[in-house]
Amino acid sequence: MSVISYQEAALQAVAEEMRRDHRVWALGEDLGRGGVFGQYRGLLEEFGPQRIADTPISEATIMGASVGAALVGTRPVVEMRFADFALCAVDEMVNQAAKARFMFGGQARVPMVIRQPSGMWRSSAAQHSQSLEAWYAHIPGLVVVAPYTPADNKGLLKSAIRCDDPVIYIEHKDNWALEGEVPDEADYLVPLGPARLARTGNDLTLVTWSKMVGVAEKAAALASLQGMEIEVIDLRTIWPWDQELVFASVAKTKRLMVVHEAVQVGGFGAEIAATVAEHMAHVLTAPICRMGAPRAPISYAKPLENQLRITPEQIVATASRQIGH
Amino acid sequence: MPNNDAHPKHNIDRDRLVELYRTMRRIRAFEEAAEKASLSGRVGGAVHLSIGQEAIAAGVCANLRRSDQITTTHRGHGHCIAKGTDPGAMMLELFGKQGGTCGGKGGSMHIADFQAGMLGANGVVAAGIPIAVGAAHGAKLLGEDRVVVCFFGDGAINRGPFMEGLNWASVFHLPVLFVCEQNGFASTTHSDAVTAGPGANARAESLGLEAFEVDGNDVAAVDGLVGDLIPRIRGGAGPKFLSAQTYRLKGHTSVDPGHYRDQDYAAAQWEKDPLLRTAADLRRLGVSEAQLALIDKGADAEMKVVTDAAEAADYPALEQAFTDIQDIGAPVWRDQS
Repeated sequence: MSVISYQEAALQAVAEEMRRDHRVWALGEDLGRGGVFGQYRGLLEEFGPQRIADTPISEATIMGASVGAALVGTRPVVEMRFADFALCAVDEMVNQAAKARFMFGGQARVPMVIRQPSGMWRSSAAQHSQSLEAWYAHIPGLVVVAPYTPADNKGLLKSAIRCDDPVIYIEHKDNWALEGEVPDEADYLVPLGPARLARTGNDLTLVTWSKMVGVAEKAAALASLQGMEIEVIDLRTIWPWDQELVFASVAKTKRLMVVHEAVQVGGFGAEIAATVAEHMAHVLTAPICRMGAPRAPISYAKPLENQLRITPEQIVATASRQIGH
Repeated sequence: MPNNDAHPKHNIDRDRLVELYRTMRRIRAFEEAAEKASLSGRVGGAVHLSIGQEAIAAGVCANLRRSDQITTTHRGHGHCIAKGTDPGAMMLELFGKQGGTCGGKGGSMHIADFQAGMLGANGVVAAGIPIAVGAAHGAKLLGEDRVVVCFFGDGAINRGPFMEGLNWASVFHLPVLFVCEQNGFASTTHSDAVTAGPGANARAESLGLEAFEVDGNDVAAVDGLVGDLIPRIRGGAGPKFLSAQTYRLKGHTSVDPGHYRDQDYAAAQWEKDPLLRTAADLRRLGVSEAQLALIDKGADAEMKVVTDAAEAADYPALEQAFTDIQDIGAPVWRDQS
């Protein structure tokens, strides 16, 4: 085990996969200088400008060209710089990457990883702060991944690069400096799909992902001081999501809360809540609770931005009501 | 500067022109059969005909290797046939039947045949441009000497991916031939009415691409010019751009009567039908009426056979609606009926 950052973990993942498979390459804006967040630092020196390709600011063609390059046998790692900018390439993601395999009757696959640094970080306003994982979870053909820990960022990114499906890979911008233990083994993989049990507890199941895992863990620690034990599930993969682990946990705690940074309306929490309600209503002892952002664009001014953030205290207060304290 | 004079008047070999004519005739026969099947309701959905534009498909693809690749549009039957896709599999696809190029999952607008280097038609205008560029980028990364031809229409040049894709091909010096089929229409609107400036070639040249113009109804001219361009592109000369002037003799789809066009002008364009023109050239080169009739009848007979076979074929197994979607997180089939 080594203690490294989320950013270094991602860097190791890409470097290892590029060494392992000559068909893997990365492309996007400013990759040559290491990417906006340093998540490609040093790769140009090792792999050269063909495999670490600096592109024009042309999101549609970064994505569309990656589809073409994937169809002919390469494995692109597509850097979108900010998740918000991927919206300039939605046709290429949704109409082309996600559907090509199916529309063409399985003749070809589109093995590509679409990296989308996401989420609120300070003072970045409405076009640099969004969390849109629910949009992509809605699209047949796509896999959606949102790691929280450095270890998962390494192991899941490596698995995503080896996956033959197009994978929307959501890294939280507030997590780049987050440090954690990461296994040293050369082929450390985390499978796409299974969730991670971040904390055990008997009173309430809290399902969350990405940066909100950290917030939920803080909330669980606070709640424990008040005598409530919250089980925290880090979903890690949004599609397909780990129903088995969530169902098992809800069977034990009999209460479910879903927390995400994205807008609550139509968020992926609704899918989890509805699925649990459909299958497990008979075991629930309290109504399912969702916590997400209000349906408002993200503000620039700090006090306004704070209105959109979910805090550990809010989670504890909600959990407390749900548990009936 | 357009390179109109770059290619001297061609001296096409008679046998080669016969083969080009045969390709064009097969495309025409396929589309006439598809049109009939569409109008009678046996083929559902939109069928976009390229009738009148066959010389471009035939003249370009005659210069490609099987390992070369193309992308095409919603109006792509001709490009598929010219690149070597089996019309039988194509017709099965139009009918949504088993054995179609895509197993009945794509239909006319999503025909693909990767074995023949046909990387897919596309239902979104200009969407094939970045894909073609990426296929060429991939070839370069893998060290393969393939050329990629990207077909699109004059309606596509007003979409952003046109500019982005051409710039990309130019910046990365990729082996792509862009072929703009100027058929006069952007769906059911006259292209000229919605296109500013001096047009496609000027746009291409502004991005550093050498751009050429050709009479797209003259198959020998297309063949001759593309025959010069492909070896240059394969040899590392970078992307090239070709505007081929033609006319869409039919409506936007099989059911579009095209009332928005000047009817006299449209009728007069049938006199420039590339098939009539090529047949006349062949007669001048000594090809007999009997030989021409044999080609025509052969094409019609071939397409009758494939249409009858497609009609008689079975639909795909129901669980096919749930396959070929994804490895991770694929849906589980259950009978919905």
